[in-house]
Parts: sequence; C-alpha cells; structure tokens
Amino acid sequence: MDAIDRAIINSLQGDLPVCERPYLEAAQRIGIGEDELLARLSSLLERKVLTRIGPLYQIERMGGAFTLAALSAPADTYEQVAEKVNALPEVAHNYAREHALNMWFVVATETPEQIEQVIARIERETGCEVFNFPKSREYFVELKLKVAP
Amino acid sequence: MSVPHNIDAVDRALIVATQQGLPLVARPYHAIAEQLELDPEEVIARMRRLLELGVIRRIGVVPNHYAIGYRANGMSVWDVPDEVIDELGERVGQLEFVSHCYRRPRRLPHWRYNMFAMVHGKTRDEVEEKVAQIAELLGEHVRDYQILYSTRILKKTGLRISGG
Repeated sequence: MDAIDRAIINSLQGDLPVCERPYLEAAQRIGIGEDELLARLSSLLERKVLTRIGPLYQIERMGGAFTLAALSAPADTYEQVAEKVNALPEVAHNYAREHALNMWFVVATETPEQIEQVIARIERETGCEVFNFPKSREYFVELKLKVAP
Repeated sequence: MSVPHNIDAVDRALIVATQQGLPLVARPYHAIAEQLELDPEEVIARMRRLLELGVIRRIGVVPNHYAIGYRANGMSVWDVPDEVIDELGERVGQLEFVSHCYRRPRRLPHWRYNMFAMVHGKTRDEVEEKVAQIAELLGEHVRDYQILYSTRILKKTGLRISGG
C-alpha cells in the first residue's frame, strides 16, 4: 500500500457521494484521476485490503433486526461448528475470540421474529447453547479506521 | 417476504442490487438503473432518501481491519451498575478510539457484562492502553471487565437480504 492507497482508505470510509459520478468527485478530493481511483479500488478489493465498496445498510431502519450472539464451541469440533454457523445467510459476521464463549457472530434478519428462529436453528445444528445479546442501547457506532504510513 | 412500511419494492430491489457493493464504473448508479430498468435520476433520488432515512448508514470503502494493520481487535466488556450505564456509555462512545459502544443484557450466571466497547489497535499493548483509559473514565463504577480479542475472522459478508 502506498500513500495514495492510504488516502483512499482514510477519506472514503463514509463519504462516497450519491451523484452521477461519485468516483470522479472522490478522486478530485484525493487529487487523482477517476480512472486511477477505479483501478486502485479494484486492486484493493482484489488484494482483500477492502472487503467491500458501497452502502452499509442499517437493517433495523427497514423493519429488520440485528443481534450479537455467542457460543462456546468445543476445540475439536470448532471448524465444523463455524462452518454450520457461517452457512446461514443471516450470519453477517463471525469472529473467533479468546474466551470460553469462543465464537461471536452477528445475526441480521428482515423481521425481529426471525432472530429467535435463526438462533434456535444454530443451537439445533451445532448442539451448542447460543447466548443472545441483542443491543438494549446504542451509544456510538462509527467504524472508521485510520491507516498510518 | 413482507416489505417494511418505510421502503417499497423498488427500494428493496436497490438494496439487493447494492448490498454486495457498488459497481466500479464511472457511473455506478446508471449501471444499477440499467440493470433494474429504472431511470438513473430515480435511483440517485432513492439512494439519497435511503441515506436520509438512515436505512443506509454510510457509503464508502469497508477495510479489512487485519489487512490495514489493526491486528489487535478487542471487544472490551464491562460490568457497570444499570443505574449509571446510559450516562457512562455515552461518554465511552465519545472516546475517539472506540468504534462501537452498546448496552447489552447480562446472561447471569455466565455473563455479567452489560456494556460492550470495541477497541482496535496495532498491538495488544495498544488496545490495553486504550482499555485502561476506558477504565479510568468509568472509575469507581467498574465492577469487572475483560477484553475478548478476536483471533480470526470466520466470516465477514455484511448484510444479505434475499431478492424475494
């Protein structure tokens, strides 16, 4: 990654405008050409420095629901449990964490009722008890990570 | 699948078409319009409305934490009194290094923590130094806390709603 890649990541985490040529406007802000920005974005995606470029949807604002849930998977079947959890399209993120509760995942569904169904299904398919931690209050969400040289 | 009250079938089609990313072409909204057989101006107007409604939180690049050097990602979890958590949560959320801060239910007897604050750093030492700042801010209200480091991303796809 060079200085321009870093500038792209630092300046475009939430400010891609909605207009006819958003990449042109963004490129001008960074001081490069539109073609160069497109080529670099494509390369950053390919190298998996970026996981995605586009809108982040807030499913609760369209009637859906999110929750954070965790389970404790036995070490010897950890991969199989992860595979079963990940196979569900409602599981958006899943992280291995160092704790007795060693698998933490986000479930996103189009209706609040489906959260319970997905959790019940994970419990049935993995044999692990799932602890559901729906948020009761959101104090702050703004995931913008700076890339330093 | 029922359509929620504040979005219609066209919004839904737009969400399905863009949830995995915007096309990397000079006129991405025109490309989506063409794909969905809509007028480009309508696509742009609807995307702006979804942003205003908060259905879209933001539009931009989503970095892989690990790839950009944030190798230590700690979910700090705190047991603080329910009577003061909302005031404390707002203050913890203001710390520039906290990316998410939520109140969540306890699951006694297994889980006593009611506040979750995500802290990212290049090293665990850096995360621990930041967590110490949270502890200092919470002061006498901290009854217990832990840092759960992530060791691996098992899945990271973002939202997926079906096209149905």
